[in-house]
Amino acid sequence: MLDSLLALGGLVLLRDSVEWEGRSLLKALVKKSALCGEQVHILGCEVSEEEFREGFDSDINNRLVYHDFFRDPLNWSKTGEALPGGPLGALRAMCNRTDLGPVTIALDSLSWLLLHLPCTTLCQTLHTVSHQDSCPPGDGSPVGKVHVLGLLHEELHGPGPMGALSSLAQTEVTLGGIMGQASARILCRRPRQRPTDQTQWFSILPDFSLDLQEGPSIESQPHSDPHIPPVDPTAHLTFNLHLSKKEREARDNLTLPFQFSSEKQEALLRPRPSQATSHIFYEPDAYDDLDQEDPDDDLDI
Amino acid sequence: MGVNLTMARERGQLVFLEGLKSAVDIFFQAQEKPHPLQFLREANAGNLKPLFEFVREALKPVDSGEAGWTYPVLLVDDLSVLLSLGLGAVAVLDFIHYCRATVCWELKGNVVVLVHDSGDVEDEENDILLNGLSHQSHLILRAEGLATGFCRDVHGQLRILWRRPSQSTSQRDQSLTYQYKIQDRSVSFFAKGMSPAVL
Repeated sequence: MLDSLLALGGLVLLRDSVEWEGRSLLKALVKKSALCGEQVHILGCEVSEEEFREGFDSDINNRLVYHDFFRDPLNWSKTGEALPGGPLGALRAMCNRTDLGPVTIALDSLSWLLLHLPCTTLCQTLHTVSHQDSCPPGDGSPVGKVHVLGLLHEELHGPGPMGALSSLAQTEVTLGGIMGQASARILCRRPRQRPTDQTQWFSILPDFSLDLQEGPSIESQPHSDPHIPPVDPTAHLTFNLHLSKKEREARDNLTLPFQFSSEKQEALLRPRPSQATSHIFYEPDAYDDLDQEDPDDDLDI
Repeated sequence: MGVNLTMARERGQLVFLEGLKSAVDIFFQAQEKPHPLQFLREANAGNLKPLFEFVREALKPVDSGEAGWTYPVLLVDDLSVLLSLGLGAVAVLDFIHYCRATVCWELKGNVVVLVHDSGDVEDEENDILLNGLSHQSHLILRAEGLATGFCRDVHGQLRILWRRPSQSTSQRDQSLTYQYKIQDRSVSFFAKGMSPAVL
């Protein structure tokens, strides 16, 4: 699904966060467009042109038209080098383009534009730019598809502007991941079809090609190595834990002292005549008073 | 850390803008040219263009003929104060953007910025500033206290997050956590749970 994002026209929102950055994916999609032969315009507000072009080979770089709004976006230097009209002017100029082939416009970033321009103005301009292909010019010549890729930093905007941009977008890709593995949740709205919601695990290779993956393996516990035999804890001891066969038999035949068997019951109930009754040997002291009378005699029981 | 800052200042290696003192100057002294903290005099929330121009002026090579200093470092301590003084988060982000363009891109130097996290307190402007800066950064160092509370031998935890997409490999193993103890003139770092005091 991730590699067919550019099949549909319109606005594609790439929502990233501090932990899962989206510029690599933006560059990977830009590379894909360039390899398809499309003209690619980059509105660069957040990083320098050198940094954006880093990692692309010369064929890709030759196809990229970079509009540099990094060096002096607010015209503070007043040297006249800044592009007239600022980023909004450049975006509006793309609405009136004369070249009608397929084109990809990458906004790096849409967050920068949203922080510096009124939301309504930006939304209107985005709508006009991304729907150019649905309004062909009067002479009936076909207009190539327009793809607008907008990098949006989720944490910087409130629900209002995010909602407005969401409603304009045909596709929303939200970046996330688990355990070092990146994922993209792709919400796609096609006209007259049900919206689709899919998650794709991926990684970006150093040359900015997309590598689609299965996802992180569920078991994170290391397997016990079958080549190592289990260790016998009773080996190499200084005392004997084992029993010989005779010792085992003697142990099994032993009656436990508190086990109540029938023989024991008989022995208790019938006192054996061979056993003499117990005797008490008493040596009276000089002070002892031996009284032969029964002390309980006076009790009338 | 064993660096003589006074000598560095005399040689021109260190340029120090003392914000507090400078802020007092702007009210009690007549200024002929725009002051770096000019926004304090303005009624509306302004921008930090004068402060950026001060930075750019300070980084200009001296015309004395000897080799100038290379690879500058701009240290900003701290940006959250600027929010408290009435500037908007976007104005502060724009200032840092221009500093990055001049110091990092033009002069191949580094910018190091301190900003406070409002934590549990809901501060929308500070959150926009913090997140906006994080997105502009190549390296984020988050210093926080220990989850278990105060400890005499472990003062806190430092989380390091790299955000350099051009150097990414297929494994996104770009986050590390260390614990630290602040000493008299240095800081000692160790892996979590490996403080010498508890081993």
